[in-house]
Amino acid sequence: MSAFFKLLARNRLALGGLIVMTVVVVLALLIPVLPLADPYATNTGNRFALPFSEGALLGTDHLGRDLLSRLMWGTLLSLAVGFAAALVAATIGSAIGITAGYLVGTRILRRGEPLAALAHFAVGYGLGTVLLLVLGALPGLLTFVLVAAATGIAAWALARTAIPVLGGARVPLAVCAALFGALIAAALGAGPIITPLAIAAVGTLLLLLFYARMDVDNGLMRLVDMLMAFPYILLALAIVAALGPGLLNALIAVAAVNIPFFARNIRGITVGIANREFVDAARLAGMSDVRIILTEILPNVIPVIVIAMSTTIGWMILETAGLSFLGLGSQPPQADLGSMLGEARSALITNPHTSIVPGVMILIIVMAINLLGDGVRDALDPRLKSGALNRPLPATLVARDRAPVPAHNDGILTMSGLETQFHVKDRVYRAVGGVDLSVKPGECLGIIGESGSGKSVTALSVMGLVASPPGVITGGSVRFSGEDLVGAPYEKLRSMRGKSVAYIFQDPLATLHPLYKVGDQLIEAISSHRSIGRAEGRKKAIELLEAVRIPNAKSRVDTYPHEMSGGMRQRVGIAMALANDPEVIIADEPTTALDVTVQAQILSLLNDLRRERGLAIIFITHDFGVVGQLCDRVAVMYAGRIVEEGPTKAILDAPQHPYTARLIACVPELGEGKRRLEAIPGLPPVVDKLPDGCAFADRCDRVHASCRQGDIPLEGNGTRAVRCLFPVNMKEAAE
Amino acid sequence: MAGYILKRLITAIPVLFGISVIVFLIMALIPGDPATAILGSYATPENVARLNADLGLDKPEWQQFFIWLGNMLQGDFGRSFQLNRPVLDEVLERFNATLVLAGTSFVLCSVLGIVAGVISAANQYGWADKGITFVVLLGISIPSFFLGMMMILVFAVNLRWLPASGMWPIYGDRDLWALLRHLAMPAFALSVVATGVIARLSRSAMLEVLRQDFIRTARAKGVHERGVIWRHALRAAMVSIIPVLGIQAGFVLSGAVYIEVVFQWPGIGRMLVDAILRRDILLVQGGVVIVAACYVLFNIVVDVAQSLLDPRIKT
Repeated sequence: MSAFFKLLARNRLALGGLIVMTVVVVLALLIPVLPLADPYATNTGNRFALPFSEGALLGTDHLGRDLLSRLMWGTLLSLAVGFAAALVAATIGSAIGITAGYLVGTRILRRGEPLAALAHFAVGYGLGTVLLLVLGALPGLLTFVLVAAATGIAAWALARTAIPVLGGARVPLAVCAALFGALIAAALGAGPIITPLAIAAVGTLLLLLFYARMDVDNGLMRLVDMLMAFPYILLALAIVAALGPGLLNALIAVAAVNIPFFARNIRGITVGIANREFVDAARLAGMSDVRIILTEILPNVIPVIVIAMSTTIGWMILETAGLSFLGLGSQPPQADLGSMLGEARSALITNPHTSIVPGVMILIIVMAINLLGDGVRDALDPRLKSGALNRPLPATLVARDRAPVPAHNDGILTMSGLETQFHVKDRVYRAVGGVDLSVKPGECLGIIGESGSGKSVTALSVMGLVASPPGVITGGSVRFSGEDLVGAPYEKLRSMRGKSVAYIFQDPLATLHPLYKVGDQLIEAISSHRSIGRAEGRKKAIELLEAVRIPNAKSRVDTYPHEMSGGMRQRVGIAMALANDPEVIIADEPTTALDVTVQAQILSLLNDLRRERGLAIIFITHDFGVVGQLCDRVAVMYAGRIVEEGPTKAILDAPQHPYTARLIACVPELGEGKRRLEAIPGLPPVVDKLPDGCAFADRCDRVHASCRQGDIPLEGNGTRAVRCLFPVNMKEAAE
Repeated sequence: MAGYILKRLITAIPVLFGISVIVFLIMALIPGDPATAILGSYATPENVARLNADLGLDKPEWQQFFIWLGNMLQGDFGRSFQLNRPVLDEVLERFNATLVLAGTSFVLCSVLGIVAGVISAANQYGWADKGITFVVLLGISIPSFFLGMMMILVFAVNLRWLPASGMWPIYGDRDLWALLRHLAMPAFALSVVATGVIARLSRSAMLEVLRQDFIRTARAKGVHERGVIWRHALRAAMVSIIPVLGIQAGFVLSGAVYIEVVFQWPGIGRMLVDAILRRDILLVQGGVVIVAACYVLFNIVVDVAQSLLDPRIKT
């Protein structure tokens, strides 16, 4: 809770809103002790006095009443009514929403229950009518409320005891039917003519028709939908028409029209929560539904209710002010801000200050409430804290404080000393901490490591695709044909993306645009780099699909991603990467989401393409089995750095870094079921506080004290290199 | 698609029926006797009884409901006792004016709101974003009727640029230019709140979408940032924006009531308020039912647009 207030206070705008609201509320509460003039004392001799005139700080209105005093009283009234309406709407709406969301899938009527429902309905109706006759002397609205409440409770109690008698109907059904009956009786009772039985029959028919095949959720939501089918003002006007103008009735109308909003919102949240494990656990523990709702669901829903309320109170104040403005809310001489505006309107042109004063006050109040509401929402929404709603920039930010070292190698794509970090608040995560890598045309380089080892970030840094914020490239260079891409202007980078260096990503369902046909997405890949006609583009798209061996390419070109299988989508992803004949393809775990047979197909496809087109491929994976099939060389990454590099076969045969050795030991081999699979104990270190020396030291079984002292360089001879003081397999490697 | 539209139209029938029941039930709550309202409080009981019989008000309420419903289905919405003309004529004439006003506002707020939201999201935390956020906050906090009054004060009274009220000039031609001049202020005042709501929603929908993997794919392909924002991100964000447009249409229609009162626009909102204050029940019932029915149809249009936009929705 204190964390919530801290967050709220950090938001300067929300704090401003809070301060304004506090001042307004305190002033409104202090009205009785403030030296204000009587808001109802008319003085026609002093009509339309201007602001700052003698005895009236804000002037007077058309009857000579003191505007300041009226403004204060009106503010109190508007605030009270707005808050009350919000509270009523939130309570009733949430109750409906929670009930509906919790009872998804619970049928209202089971087989044979319509009869029971009729019985309940009759009981409710009968009770309602009887009570009405007893209470008939009371005035309309009060009768309505009393009768509805009393019969509802009575019918509920009766239904509980009568369940066995009435054929096993359950409580929700009984309550629904009885309440419905009672409400109709009450509604008609309050009207001019009592007891038209037939309307009850029609209502019953409707009830059965609508609910017979629905669950509770469906039924309630249909009702809510029906209310939402009115533009809200029509409903509010109709309610005010029925109850008569007046502030209380305006409050009821505004609350009523906002119930569907709360019901819908809260229902959505509840459905999610009702399926969670802890609710299942409570059910299995035999807790009653009511108790589960109160103790398990409600606490989790309350933040959402608070958010919904805080973002709608302002709106409700506007709505009540609107009804008063139309003359349907507060009645003279009593005036809220809306009716002050309404009364002033006729003098708008001659004496605008009488309109401006209450109008500006509404604006201030509602704006302060909205600011506060946004602050509350932001403070309660966990996504904002994690920065998950930040927009990634077109290219990763670059903040190199020193000039890049010259390239150490002459491949087509060469990374030297590449450093990429994530800056989240005051923490710095060093995802990539100085990586040197190079790939030649026609070569396949594998980058392997556990999740979080920095291999994907390394790959995305090449074309500035690391999401930024929070990503920042802080050092090193990425040279394509000798040209440094880090810090290159956006347009330069863009023109090379897909054309010089293309990407294939994991999980093709998420990486293809869901709303465009795959053909159009392929054509777009081409047209981003050269202008291409519609027909030619289509032809090229079909060719590309054929090149990745998609059968029926001609018809597949017009399908959407969701209509394809996972393997097909990945082929589309590859086709897209091939669209502009790039020199380098970076494949970021392209086969991880696929099943084994499809995986093998994709790998052989990539291998063929590399041979045919002389592509350089950087292949990122966590699977040594895949590396062995495809890659010429492999680099092993751990905690953002390369710990070992060399020809694939040499590394597979004789890993030198203990980490590599453990990784290889993790690969199960077919037919060798006896071998023990060695999981690596522990987890990779968090990259915002890396230890001194070897990052793997804590998990290593060959660790010495010297491993933890000072930086360990990546050293090697000829084709191999390792970052370890006490490498394994040195003998084999020397041979 | 035709099947889907037909299905949606059929499911609208119970909704429309429900609406007419709700309207009738609420109106049945109105205390007092229409005949007395028409004849005045000095009318003799015999006259009141005779008029009640003429109006069919002596029949049980369920009969009244079905007579009203049956007549409505034949296009007879009854007569407004206050205006002494058929409800349908009056409602259609007034609704026409409201549609001109609300329709213009709806187009205005949709376009302005979405464009503002997209620009805001694309420049998150930049000056454009801060400026738009502030204007939007102002827009959703100002009562539209107050804004309308201030606009009259500035543009009609002080600057004399635009007419202060009405839909047509009292003298002069009823041409498009005259209409536009009369429409400018009310349409703008009416669209402000909805523009703000749509802009806010578009902004957050865009931010949500911009984090997704397919945006990174588009960038990796070399699509220009303009294309990434307006083609890729906006298209995906529209899936969550369009339902809100449907809801906002209802809010625009609702807000029209205030604007019509402020600008003396001869629309249905003003008619309803007058009818309520004068207890002209048939006029209220007819007006509410027709507007609600149009709104239901409009929402079907929105759903159809949604299914056209998103191929993943099964029709």
